[in-house]
Amino acid sequence: MAVVGMIIVLGFLVVAAFAPQLSPRDPMKFSLANKLKPPSATFPLGTDELGRDLLSRILHGTRVSLLMAVVSVAIGLVIGTPVGALSAFYGGTADLLTQRLVDILMAFPGILLAIVVVAVLGPGLWNAMLAVGISFVPTYVRVVRGAVLEIRTREYVEAARAVGTGNLTIIRRHVMPNCLAPIIVLSTLQMASAILWASGLGYLGLGAQPPTPEWGTMLGRAQEYVRVAWHYATFPGVAIALAVLGFNLVGDGLRDALDPRLRGRL
Amino acid sequence: MIQYTIRRLLLAVPTLFGVTLLVFAILRMLPGDPAQAMAGVHATQEYVAQVRRQLGLDQPIHIQYVRFMAGLLRGDLGTSIRTGLPVSREVWTRLIPTLELTLVSLVLATFFGIAVGVVSAVKPYSIFDYASMTAALVGLSAPVFWLGLMLMLLFAVQLRWLPAAGRGGLAYLVLPSVTLAASSVALIARFTRSTMLEVMRQDYVNTARAKGLPQRAVILRHALRNALIPIVTIIGLRFGALLSGAVLTETVFAWPGVGRLMVDSISARDYPVVQGAVLVIALAFVVINLAVDLLYGLVNPRIQYD
Repeated sequence: MAVVGMIIVLGFLVVAAFAPQLSPRDPMKFSLANKLKPPSATFPLGTDELGRDLLSRILHGTRVSLLMAVVSVAIGLVIGTPVGALSAFYGGTADLLTQRLVDILMAFPGILLAIVVVAVLGPGLWNAMLAVGISFVPTYVRVVRGAVLEIRTREYVEAARAVGTGNLTIIRRHVMPNCLAPIIVLSTLQMASAILWASGLGYLGLGAQPPTPEWGTMLGRAQEYVRVAWHYATFPGVAIALAVLGFNLVGDGLRDALDPRLRGRL
Repeated sequence: MIQYTIRRLLLAVPTLFGVTLLVFAILRMLPGDPAQAMAGVHATQEYVAQVRRQLGLDQPIHIQYVRFMAGLLRGDLGTSIRTGLPVSREVWTRLIPTLELTLVSLVLATFFGIAVGVVSAVKPYSIFDYASMTAALVGLSAPVFWLGLMLMLLFAVQLRWLPAAGRGGLAYLVLPSVTLAASSVALIARFTRSTMLEVMRQDYVNTARAKGLPQRAVILRHALRNALIPIVTIIGLRFGALLSGAVLTETVFAWPGVGRLMVDSISARDYPVVQGAVLVIALAFVVINLAVDLLYGLVNPRIQYD
């Protein structure tokens, strides 16, 4: 199954890299005479409400979605990992405060935290990425903290301390390399969540704004025409589901291969 | 147990407090002048000043927070900029449809998730197992709003069996609750299957079989009862996912819930209502999580508290 996931993910990467070459038409070109046309030889997946080629828009949308996913996962990773690691390693009051802060952020379930951030920053592609990224931070803090708590009591950490290695060097050289497995697994699975949430924000009108060819934003527009253009509401969602499935399968596979103990926890 | 309950309750206090602080901050963190942002770019100076006064934004920040908390404790969440009605009333009338949708979905997810998981585990690697586990993977990957659109397309637009949107009788509840439940059914089914497979390898299940109990009794009375404890935990954890999914589902089906109120209010820049809606969802989530945790201790006598 992980191989199937790999093929899907690689497929999307190829599409993102060569979107202009693969697209039969210009994803931005209006043609009101052709609006909401069902799939045909000219328009393989039909057209949208402005007569733009849906296939070309979905192919270009791969770039938008993958960019959003990578950036938001990176934000969660870059902020969450050091906070989780330091919090677990030093413990004490700082750890307690961090954990309470994480509790507070986790009181906003799922996409809600991202919605709250977008409500403050305002809608838009980059704000949506930032919002999804921030909403990933608590998960990274929790997972990294859990891993570091376990590792910091190991003998090689004590040995490093005994020979006089400084705390930060211990974290960098001995602790972090040993919690790479959960971080890699989490990041892969978060790619799937990021695609889901970023498209969710787009659907609600809080993410990427038209005319950006973002899958969720397209579905938000498509809903108005669901009675007359089934293809418009269908195909962008197929792309989202397929991309999410790909990352989920790869994440599941990595988890089983790298660290079976994570089963059920992530 | 009592000690654990007290500790768990005490831990919830800073969380609840922090949630109010964060939600309070939403309005104040708006870039630029929040009153201007809410009134709109073209508003007159007088109107902006009026909005500012109405929100109490002309007061120092700590006074604002004290007033916010004092209002909150009295159930006063401020006044909607758009309608002029009290926010608490708007949020409360919208909370009931959301809870209705979420709870019905939870029941659907529990029932179908466990049923599918048990049947798959009893006949692993059968056609039913492969079909249901593939369906579960799709259910976990498909975005909830797209699933909703697809069900609407099939059952409301094509077949005309069910209404496409709105809230009324039971028929209106079918599509939104099935949509919202789908990913939870998938998750619970997958989890039930793997837990059941593990439990069915245990000695006591072999013993039950060996003493000649019918398959039905072995599965339901011996295997499922022991598998239920971890399954119940997962179901409790699904509540947050359901609340978060409800925001999207409500938008798809024009369901008059608190999630849709929140999204509409963000677009309308009606921040007092955004605040109120976010606060109510987060508080509901914290309280339900707490209840699940405490109930879990009652259900499972084997749990150890440290």
